[in-house]
Amino acid sequence: MSGAALPLRAGWPRLQPGLLLACAVLALVLAWAIAPGLFTARNPVQGIPGAQLLPPSWAHPLGTDGLGRDQFARVVYGARESLAGAFVAVAVGLVLGTGLGVLAGARSGWVDAVVMRLVDTLLAIPGLLLSLSIIILLGFGSIKAAVAVGIVAVAQFARLSRAEVLRVRASDYVEAAYGSGGRFGAVLWRHVLPNSLTSVLALAALQFGSAILALSTLGFLGYGAPPPTPEWGLLIAEGRDFLARAWWLTTAPGLVVVLVVLSAERISRAIGGART
Amino acid sequence: MGRYLAQRVGQALLVLAATFTLAFLLLQALPGDAVLIKFLELGLTPEQLADIRIAYGADAPLWQQYLHAMGAFLTGNFGYSIRAGVPVTQLLAENLPSTLLLSALAFAAASLLALVLALLATLGGQGWVRALVRSVPSLFIAIPVFWLGIMLIQVFSFQLGWISIISPEPWEELILPVATIAVPISAPLAQVLIRNIDAVLAEPFVTVARAKGASHAWVLRWHVARNALLPVLTMAGVLFGELLGGAVVTEAVFGLNGLGGLTQQAVANQDVAVLQAIVVISAAAFVAINLLVDLLYPVLDPRLARGRRTA
Repeated sequence: MSGAALPLRAGWPRLQPGLLLACAVLALVLAWAIAPGLFTARNPVQGIPGAQLLPPSWAHPLGTDGLGRDQFARVVYGARESLAGAFVAVAVGLVLGTGLGVLAGARSGWVDAVVMRLVDTLLAIPGLLLSLSIIILLGFGSIKAAVAVGIVAVAQFARLSRAEVLRVRASDYVEAAYGSGGRFGAVLWRHVLPNSLTSVLALAALQFGSAILALSTLGFLGYGAPPPTPEWGLLIAEGRDFLARAWWLTTAPGLVVVLVVLSAERISRAIGGART
Repeated sequence: MGRYLAQRVGQALLVLAATFTLAFLLLQALPGDAVLIKFLELGLTPEQLADIRIAYGADAPLWQQYLHAMGAFLTGNFGYSIRAGVPVTQLLAENLPSTLLLSALAFAAASLLALVLALLATLGGQGWVRALVRSVPSLFIAIPVFWLGIMLIQVFSFQLGWISIISPEPWEELILPVATIAVPISAPLAQVLIRNIDAVLAEPFVTVARAKGASHAWVLRWHVARNALLPVLTMAGVLFGELLGGAVVTEAVFGLNGLGGLTQQAVANQDVAVLQAIVVISAAAFVAINLLVDLLYPVLDPRLARGRRTA
């Protein structure tokens, strides 16, 4: 029984060009977040006097903003803000949601009923309003916005992990593990969790993309990181003031968000499809 | 059926009560007695403040305040907006109609868009056209709503100059916001429609109908439409939430009056009573829509009603 094979090894997805591209996009953005200095020599916060609102050129690939700051540098440095926020959000949703879901699925009875009604309640409130309710309580800031976005994801993780636990629990090998004297906690850790991992990971990848979207929305509305910070949603909000004169300020950060979210969705599909 | 009905209604009421409780606790958890912030700024004496606390019921024990607030909500009294100094009900009455109009138009546009996408993806033209159209919904979901709005302004107002932003006609003002909300809403609709149409087209009864000489249009009208459209109903609740969220963001982008502006002001000013009312009302609408769909579904799809009776 020691060979609870890693579910991911069961079948790698065939490598497709779309999937490769998605991995490349995420790898590049991750590299931006880790070592932005390698990709741009310019300062994302300090502008160059006299270089305001320059259109894209070799010196400034994405042009400059109203304060003479290099927009490409701001997009590159913004990756750290957005990715870190999305990681925090997914972690909050994953830990709280999976914890609740496993609890509900493993315990059943009234615990299950209470947890699932709580999940129903979270699902009944539109996501944006739920995160705004948490923000009104916590205040503005990047971490606070990330937590607010994470709470919205709790319900989905809870639902999925509960369903997975129930599915695995009904299988023969779990029954056999109980039959051969396995205790509840040991069976849960050894058999139920590893076998639920794939679908939870697929949801995590999907939620990562949604979190980037939600965070950029909160940043745009002004509830995320405060202004000099290069955050993608905030970049778009700042660029809005120069719509008529500088199209590049709003176009580029938005395209980056779209590409990252699309890539996360593609990778999520690959992970989810690997099981069947 | 009667037992199912009671169970379902009970569940809906439970979720509503839980939503209200969460919203109430939110108000209580807010630091610094939000009710009094406004009056502190006016420089009142401690005695006057104590009187106001009593007038607002803020001195009563928590459970009394809870029951009182719940009773007030049930009778449509959502308290006072701390910032505006008027009843929340009045603010809602002023802002709800424009948001409802915007959402309704956007929903209609989204349905149309989703239908066109689904028909193109399942029945339209060459294989590569279908494959291309099938990837459109994923793209639509990945676009930030606020950015889409800005891009539409950029292209249609500034580059092409088709839609004036200086002094637009009332209907002209709504074109871009409606498109902005409709695009992301159409994506999940189109995905479900595509999946359903694929499933129905693979059914034996469609093959039989075709073999008997039924035309394309006949199959669509009599076999596909009903079977593929019905499951879309189950998405109504989720779509409503998306629609509302989309409207809030879109109103912020286009500077329109409505629930979106109200929500933004409430968050900026920590005006909890307003946000609480919006949250509870939207949750109530979500619960009501889902309840209605659950009760309506067996009526529209007799197979389900029969299945439940035998089960």
